[in-house]
Amino acid sequence: MSQLAFIVFQDNDNARYLVEAIAEDNPHAEVQHHPAMIRIQAEQRLVINRHTVEEKIGREWDVQEMLLDVISIGGNVDEDDDHFILEWKN
Amino acid sequence: MATKNKKLSLKDKYQYLTRDMAWEPSYQKKEDIFPYERFEGIKITDWDKWEDPFRLTMDAYWKYQAEKEKKLYAIFDAFAQNNGHQNISDARYVNALKLFLTGVSPLEYGAFQGYAKVGRHFSGAGARVACQMQSIDELRHVQTQIHAMSHYNKHFNGLHDFAHMHDRVWFLSVPKSFFDDARSAGPFEFLTAISFSFEYVLTNLLFVPFMSGAAYNGDMATVTFGFSAQSDEARHMTLGLEVIKFMLEQHEDNVPIVQHWIDKWFWRGYRLLSLVSMMMDYMLPNKVMSWKDAWEVYYEQNGGALFKDLERYGIRPPKYQDEANKGKHHISHQLWSTFYQYSQATNFHTWIPSEAEMNWLSEQYPDTFDKYYRPRFEHWQKQQEKGERFYNNTLPQLCQVCQVPTLFTEPDDPTQLSHRSLVHDGERYHFCSDGCCDIFKHEPEKYIQAWLPVHQIYQGNCEGADVETVVAKYYHINIGQDNFEYLGSPDHRRWQAIKGNKPLGAGDSKDAA
Repeated sequence: MSQLAFIVFQDNDNARYLVEAIAEDNPHAEVQHHPAMIRIQAEQRLVINRHTVEEKIGREWDVQEMLLDVISIGGNVDEDDDHFILEWKN
Repeated sequence: MATKNKKLSLKDKYQYLTRDMAWEPSYQKKEDIFPYERFEGIKITDWDKWEDPFRLTMDAYWKYQAEKEKKLYAIFDAFAQNNGHQNISDARYVNALKLFLTGVSPLEYGAFQGYAKVGRHFSGAGARVACQMQSIDELRHVQTQIHAMSHYNKHFNGLHDFAHMHDRVWFLSVPKSFFDDARSAGPFEFLTAISFSFEYVLTNLLFVPFMSGAAYNGDMATVTFGFSAQSDEARHMTLGLEVIKFMLEQHEDNVPIVQHWIDKWFWRGYRLLSLVSMMMDYMLPNKVMSWKDAWEVYYEQNGGALFKDLERYGIRPPKYQDEANKGKHHISHQLWSTFYQYSQATNFHTWIPSEAEMNWLSEQYPDTFDKYYRPRFEHWQKQQEKGERFYNNTLPQLCQVCQVPTLFTEPDDPTQLSHRSLVHDGERYHFCSDGCCDIFKHEPEKYIQAWLPVHQIYQGNCEGADVETVVAKYYHINIGQDNFEYLGSPDHRRWQAIKGNKPLGAGDSKDAA
């Protein structure tokens, strides 16, 4: 059975860069646009890398800043200074 | 002296500011300080194994929460100043907000109290910090929801006394009893109920597609508080998953206890969310996603991935999951039909869906809507056109556990009402389903104490012996303003005036407070 990790952001100016970075780092991910929100799902694993986000957004970016724009997540969370990972382990 | 300000890593900072701030008691026994930690049978051998993947410390928490509040209140101000309520899709939409404010917002307050309490009663520092932050979050949620809706209260009926109603009105005993049930359980069951089953498994259905629907219906204030609340929810969901994994990893004896709680709280939550099914399918004039589709994405797909992940601990999907999956074709229609009949006793209006809406429902529910539900609505519509709008004057039988009227049908036969009953200690008790009946059997002493609104009315505890007196005096529902059919209601007439279709009649204006 397929196991989709997912993350949902508000459709705002910050999140658009996050979505761009995620799409680049997770080529297997599918980006869905709904009213006011953007949902990204991917088989098994989704990663947000600080470096890619900083490149897109053009400034320093703290991984915890994603807390301002996130709406929902699915998967086990692994966060440190450089990345935020959502993953199903089984 | 010039020293370079070296930044701590997230992991170190979390370790110093949460775990290392805790201490071992020296002059009181741990069991005396944390008296509720053992009676549920959950065995914890090492609290240090508790993981908080967000590693949020208090300073970062305040920083991000302050940022969220600033953004949120700027939007509330803009919404109110620009008369944002005039730009919603249709005034029928506001009825979903009335249900939200009386049914959901008080649960946020219940969650605030619940997390404050369990945060006090865990001996592990990681769990205490996570519960403390969630408690503060929940208080923020109830406050921002009240603020957002206060603007609607100036222009529409039925929003004036939500806290009073929450404690008394018949259908609001469904959400109220759900949270009372969780809060009166032990701390580990509370976290399984609210953090895991509710927050992780089920609340996406309310806060994600419904809030997207609010945006699609032009309600900037609600979508903004909804998503602002939900941004905290990402942390809450993580807590929910971590607490389950923690209990399961600590001791194998915990597995059957946790499995039983998952079975129970999945079913309790599923019944509670039937209210949301109706909000999505019937109360959003601009449709964004059917309840069935939302259930498939947020329960079947996401819950499927989750329970597959938990298999490695010996956990299986919730016992009555298949019944719930079958119910996705039916529950929103069955519930709306019930509220349509009982609008004399609600703080919001109901209506027959328009032809276009019924066609949408036929498309979304090809196997059930035309066959079972459309004929019912068309019949009522004809009666309404003849001036005989149907209201049901018999008080419904309530399920002893979920407190929803026994309105749902058998999982495999949508023409048969589902009804179970059993005798306990010489009294007969009634249930809507095997799921609720099972819950009762396991803890009869708890559920025989249920405050069932219909029983209470018949026992004379609700300030009157007839529906009209109870509704007006006990519920504080303003008769002829807040209740009955939407068409021709003061809200409807006010909306037509806003849209320039019809001048306000005498008594229609609702002065801004």
